[in-house]
Amino acid sequence: MKDRIFEIISKYNGDSYRLMDILHDIQAVAGYIDHATIALLADKLPLSAAQIEETVSFYHFYSDKPLAKFNIYLNDSVTANMNGRKEVLAAFEAACGIKQGQVTSDGTLGLFPTSCIGMNDQEPAAIINDKVFTRLTPFRVKQIVNGLKHGLSLDDLVVEECGDGKNALPEINSMVCNNIRRKGALLNHDYKLFSVINDILPNTSSDEIIDIVSESNIRGRGGAGFPTGLKWKFGSRAKGEHRYIICNADEGEPGTFKDRVLLTEYPEMVFEGMVTAGYAVGADMGLLYLRYEYKYLLSYLNGVLESMRKNNYLGKNISGIEDFDFDIRIQLGAGAYICGEESALIESLEGKRGEPRDKPPFPVEKGYMNLPTVVNNVETLATVVKIIKNGADWFNKLGNKDSVGTKVLSISGDCRFPGIYEVEWGLKIGDVLDMCGADNVQAIQVGGPSGALIGEKDFHRELSYSDLPTGGSMIVFNKNRNLLTEVVLNFMNFFIEESCGTCSTCRNMPYVLREKLLKVINGRGVKQDIEDMTSWARLLNVSRCGLGQTAANPIVSSIKNFRPLYEALLNHEVEYDSGFNLETSVLESCKVVGRQPIFHHNA
Amino acid sequence: MTNKIKIKIDGKEIITEEGKTIVEAAKENGIFIPTLCNFAGTLPKGCCRMCTIKINNRFMTSCTTPAAHGMEVENNTKEINDFRKGIVELLFVSGNHFCPSCEKSGNCELQALAYRYQMMVPRFPYDFPMRSVDGSSPYIIKDQNRCILCKRCIKTIHDDQGRHYFAFKDRGHKLEVILDEKMGKEMSQAIAKKAMENCPVGSIIYKEVGFATPIGKRKYDHQPIGSEIEN
Repeated sequence: MKDRIFEIISKYNGDSYRLMDILHDIQAVAGYIDHATIALLADKLPLSAAQIEETVSFYHFYSDKPLAKFNIYLNDSVTANMNGRKEVLAAFEAACGIKQGQVTSDGTLGLFPTSCIGMNDQEPAAIINDKVFTRLTPFRVKQIVNGLKHGLSLDDLVVEECGDGKNALPEINSMVCNNIRRKGALLNHDYKLFSVINDILPNTSSDEIIDIVSESNIRGRGGAGFPTGLKWKFGSRAKGEHRYIICNADEGEPGTFKDRVLLTEYPEMVFEGMVTAGYAVGADMGLLYLRYEYKYLLSYLNGVLESMRKNNYLGKNISGIEDFDFDIRIQLGAGAYICGEESALIESLEGKRGEPRDKPPFPVEKGYMNLPTVVNNVETLATVVKIIKNGADWFNKLGNKDSVGTKVLSISGDCRFPGIYEVEWGLKIGDVLDMCGADNVQAIQVGGPSGALIGEKDFHRELSYSDLPTGGSMIVFNKNRNLLTEVVLNFMNFFIEESCGTCSTCRNMPYVLREKLLKVINGRGVKQDIEDMTSWARLLNVSRCGLGQTAANPIVSSIKNFRPLYEALLNHEVEYDSGFNLETSVLESCKVVGRQPIFHHNA
Repeated sequence: MTNKIKIKIDGKEIITEEGKTIVEAAKENGIFIPTLCNFAGTLPKGCCRMCTIKINNRFMTSCTTPAAHGMEVENNTKEINDFRKGIVELLFVSGNHFCPSCEKSGNCELQALAYRYQMMVPRFPYDFPMRSVDGSSPYIIKDQNRCILCKRCIKTIHDDQGRHYFAFKDRGHKLEVILDEKMGKEMSQAIAKKAMENCPVGSIIYKEVGFATPIGKRKYDHQPIGSEIEN
C-alpha cells in the first residue's frame, strides 16, 4: 500500500495544491485515509500531518475510518423526507442490520446521511459508491441490499430504465432524469455546437466580447447576481502572469439541480462559455469544480473535453486565433456546500479546507494561486454563449427591466410536475405554482434555505434580483406540512452541518438558534424566545460569507411570514422557562444507582 | 514615500498611510478597535469578527480592510458595540471558560474584552460542551475547553519549512484546533513558550512553570484592554 501511495503522490508531482486529487486517489485504492497514510503524506509533502488532516476532516466524503465495500449515502434533504425518506431509511437499516452512520461487521455495507445531492425532483435518492439511485421505496431498498449481500454488482442491480436524454449514454448510464418541463432562450436547441468559437471569436476582439456581455446586462446566475460583464472586465484588467476561468459546478443549495441538467444535456455549451470567457479575459486555464455528488458525470464530461481537444476547441491557437491557448481541467469536490462560495471553492481547488477568504481582495484580482480569476456559475457561462451568438439586444428583450434574460428554476416539493423550468425573470410566484401543478399551497421556499419562506400573501411577488432573487431553488410545501419540524429544522440542521466554522458567529449562532427552535417545538417556548431568536440572529450579519450571513434565514423568514405557527406552540402562561428538564437530566444517573427520584415540584 | 491618506472614524478625521488596515490606522491614532484573531506580523484572517465596523452601511472587518482615502468608518456605535458584546458572550457560552481557575486569567484577551463590554451574564444559554485536553506534548497543554478557534497559533507557529504545528480539524460547530502529534512531541521550549504567548486565551498553556506572576498583578489587572491605545 505504501508504494501505491507514493505512486499517487508522484502522479501529482508531490504538489500539495493537488491534495484533493491525491486524497481521492488514495481513498479509491485504500478505502479510507488513516493516520498512517496521513503521516506518509506528511513525509512527502510540504505539510504537517495536522494540516493534511485539516483537509481530510473538512470534507464529507473523505473518511479517516474504514468504510464499507458499498457505502450508501442517503440524502437527507427536505424533499427526501417529504417523499418517504423515513420509511426508506428504516428499510435500509432493517435490511443491512445497522443504524445510520454505521458499517456492517463484515465490512460489506455502510449507511450514512448526506446533505442535498441535487436530486430533489426524484427523491428519495441515495448515492451508492458514486452511482445514484433515485425514487427509492422500501421494496426497492430490500432488493438492492439483498443483491449487494449476494455479491451482485451495482450495475447488475439497476433494474430501472435509464433517465431521459443523455442520461442513457453509455458514459453516464444513469437512472437520473432531466425532467425538463419548460425550455426558453437558453435551453432551446437553436444553436450549433461551438459556433461561437468557430465563427465569432476569430473575428471579434476580446474587448468587444466583454462589451457584448456588459451590454446584455446579464448577472451571475448562482445567486449573488454580480454583473458578469463587469467581472470579466475586472479580470481582464488585473495584473498577473496567468489568468484563470473557473466554472462553479458545486451547486449545493438544497433544492437546486439545474446545473446537473445543464451539464448532462449541454456540456459543450458550458465549456464553450468557459473558452469564450478565457478569450475575453485573457486566461489560459479553465477549471470546472464539480461537486462530488455529480461524480457519475465525470468521465462523460472528460470525454467531451477530450473531443474538444481533438477538434482544437481546446489547446493551442484555438480556432486559428494566434496565441489563444486554453485548456480545461475538472476538479472533483468532496462534499462541502460552502465550496459553492467562490473563494472557498478556490481554497478547495488549492487542496485546502473550503474556507471563504476575506474580501477584498476579490478573486478577479487575487484568486486561484493568487492570480486573477473569474468564477462564473454553470448557467451564466452557458447563457453567455447564447448572448454572444444572438446579441445583447436580443437578451435585453427578455425578462423585466431590473432582471433581464431567463432563469432556469429547479422546482420540487409538493407539486405534480417537479423538474426544470426555464422562465423569464419577472414571473409571479402564483404563476410558478400554477406552472408546476401545485395546489393547496401553504408556502414556497424561494432561493433554497438561504432564501425566503413565503406564504400566500406574497404570491403576487415577482422573481427578480430586486424583489425575490433566486439561484433557482424553489421548494413547494402544501398545507399538510409542518413547516417548523419538517422544513425549518431541516434547514437549520443543514446550515450547522455545512458551516466551515471559521467565523465565531456562524460556528455558534445557528446552533444556539436551533436549540431555541427545539425548545419551542418541544412545547417549552415562551413569548420572549421568539424575540430572542429574531434579535440574536442579527449577529450573523457580521459573518464573512453568504452562508454565515443567511444561516438564520429559515428561522427569521418563518417567524416573519408564519408567526402564528410559532405562537401556537408557546406556553402563554409563564414569562420564563429555562427549557431545562430535571427528570430527563437525572434519568441516566437514577438508572445507574437504581433509585426512583422524588420530584418535589410535582408533589 | 508612502501616500498619506485621510479617513474618518466615528466622525473624527485621522491621517494614515495607504496600505494600512483600518485596525492599524486606528491604533496609531489612539482609537481602539477590539480584536481577538488579529496578530501583528501575520496576515489578518477575519475569524473572530470582533473588529467589525460599518462602512457605507456594510459590515466589514477592520483587520482585513485596507484604509482608503475618504473612507467613513462607524466603530464605537451602539449597534456595533452590542454585536461585539454578543460575540464575546457567544464565545463564552460555546466553550468552558472558568476564569478563576485559569492560568491565563488577567492576561486573557477574551476575559479582558468581557470586562470592557461589561458582560455580566451572557444572553445565550451555556452549552457546556464536552471537550478534551491534549497533554501529549512535553511542553504544552492544548485545552480545547478554552479554545476560541482564532487561528493565531495556526498562523504564527510553524517550523523552518513552513509546516504548521497547529491546524483546524472538522468543520462547523465541531471545529477544533489540533496539535500535530509528531511535531508537538518534538516541539522546542522556545516554540512552546511562543505558542502560549500568542494564544489570546488559556487554550495553550506552557507546562512547567505556572502562575509565575500572581493573578492580580497581570496585564489587564492593572488597566483595561484598549487603554494602552486610547488617549
